[in-house]
Amino acid sequence: MVMRRSDAFITALGVLSVLFVLTFADAGMKIDGARQALERERALVQGLGLTDLCLFTEARYTRHPTQADLHTPFQDHPLALEHFPTGSLFPPQPVYATDADIHPQTEIPD
Amino acid sequence: MLTFIRRQKYLIDYTLSSLLRRKTKNLGLLLVYTLIVFLLASVMLYTHALQREAGIILAESPELIVQRMVAGRHDLVPAEYLEALRGIRGVRAAQGRLWGYYYDPVVKANYTLLVPADRALQRGEIVVGAGVARTHNMGRGDYLTLRAADGKAMPLRVADVLHHESELVSADLILLGEADYREFFRIDAGLYTDLALQVRNPREVRTIAEKVTRLFPDTRPILREEILRTYDSIFNWRQGIVVVLLSGAILAFAIFAWDKASGLSAEEKREIGILKAIGWETSDVIRMKFWEGAVISLSAFLGGYLLAYLHVFYGAAMLFEPVLKGWAVLYPAFRPVPFIDGLQVATLFFLTVFPYTAATIVPVWRAAIMDPDAVMR
Repeated sequence: MVMRRSDAFITALGVLSVLFVLTFADAGMKIDGARQALERERALVQGLGLTDLCLFTEARYTRHPTQADLHTPFQDHPLALEHFPTGSLFPPQPVYATDADIHPQTEIPD
Repeated sequence: MLTFIRRQKYLIDYTLSSLLRRKTKNLGLLLVYTLIVFLLASVMLYTHALQREAGIILAESPELIVQRMVAGRHDLVPAEYLEALRGIRGVRAAQGRLWGYYYDPVVKANYTLLVPADRALQRGEIVVGAGVARTHNMGRGDYLTLRAADGKAMPLRVADVLHHESELVSADLILLGEADYREFFRIDAGLYTDLALQVRNPREVRTIAEKVTRLFPDTRPILREEILRTYDSIFNWRQGIVVVLLSGAILAFAIFAWDKASGLSAEEKREIGILKAIGWETSDVIRMKFWEGAVISLSAFLGGYLLAYLHVFYGAAMLFEPVLKGWAVLYPAFRPVPFIDGLQVATLFFLTVFPYTAATIVPVWRAAIMDPDAVMR
């Protein structure tokens, strides 16, 4: 017996929908499985006092964006253009609340 | 109910036959549609997973870091600062941190050299991150020779390799003892790279940061919440940049899909006319077209999302790796933990499935309410 097109489509859609729901179940299981690894990473971060993810190791200010000088895009000299590829994927250095809050009276925040 | 289901199935039968009559065009549309959903979903899943993971891991980073600035640049901090900071009320502990960078010209990679606070290392011993070990193809007991600041080669024995599961934070790390570190970089005993403070009451961190800058105006305090905020903004920015780059393709697709969905061809109009002439009701024609839109958009959404899930969480987001890697030699081998934001997925669903389905219905409704004779002409 030949399967009707609608039946084939509904079956395919059903399979895809089940797989879609399964991605959430799979994610839940993977998160449970990763808890130990995450705890290990947290312990390492705490023990070594790490501050950044090791995602971009090409330049010092991309390796540790949170610790970088405020003028890092111009690190070589004033008006030096950013030349590392990762730099183009970085947001401008956020103005930390502490810069503004701690020295509200200074003209140039540190 | 059964009649309703049967009716819908007949409509789907007809819709699928109609779509298959223009096989190449519709398959092309489905393919491009799936690809767009795949790209958007990949960016979304990847950035959200990394953002959550960064938030969880870096929640353990130092509460307050104090850097010394000289002429706008990060400089070494004298040990006297440490003593003075310990005297601030609310500071539980203050430690000097020693860390720096080393560019290895042999493999053209940057390493982060760090003196660990949680373990003591013998002279001449190091612990390396899994990324460093992989780049040099070395393990426990091997030697890594680095060129010290005085130009002399310094052989260091690998005492241990950090667990590969922590590569996201440790791939490029080289841990070494304080004496080795100071000798390697020729840094005097009374100087530190920066200082890490532990605060008794987390709500006082900001106040203590204020006291630090009042006490030492040449310092810059970095709060843990700022570290977390920086990563939040990095991933949001990154997601934004990719979406902007993709927007050209998305717009091109939107025009194509809109044209395909809303502009009825003469052939399609004739088809509607014939259907009405043989007794189909306007509502039937609209339902049939609804199914046409739903078949394509639902298949594209589910297919694109599933492919993105596999790509990001099983394929370690291999398509994004070259972008993230930049010119870096060391790149952590890691699979993101699949933290999925249901709201983001729902938004993607509504943005991809609904507009297309709606775009197919409106022009059909216009054609379907016309007289069959007029439509066929």
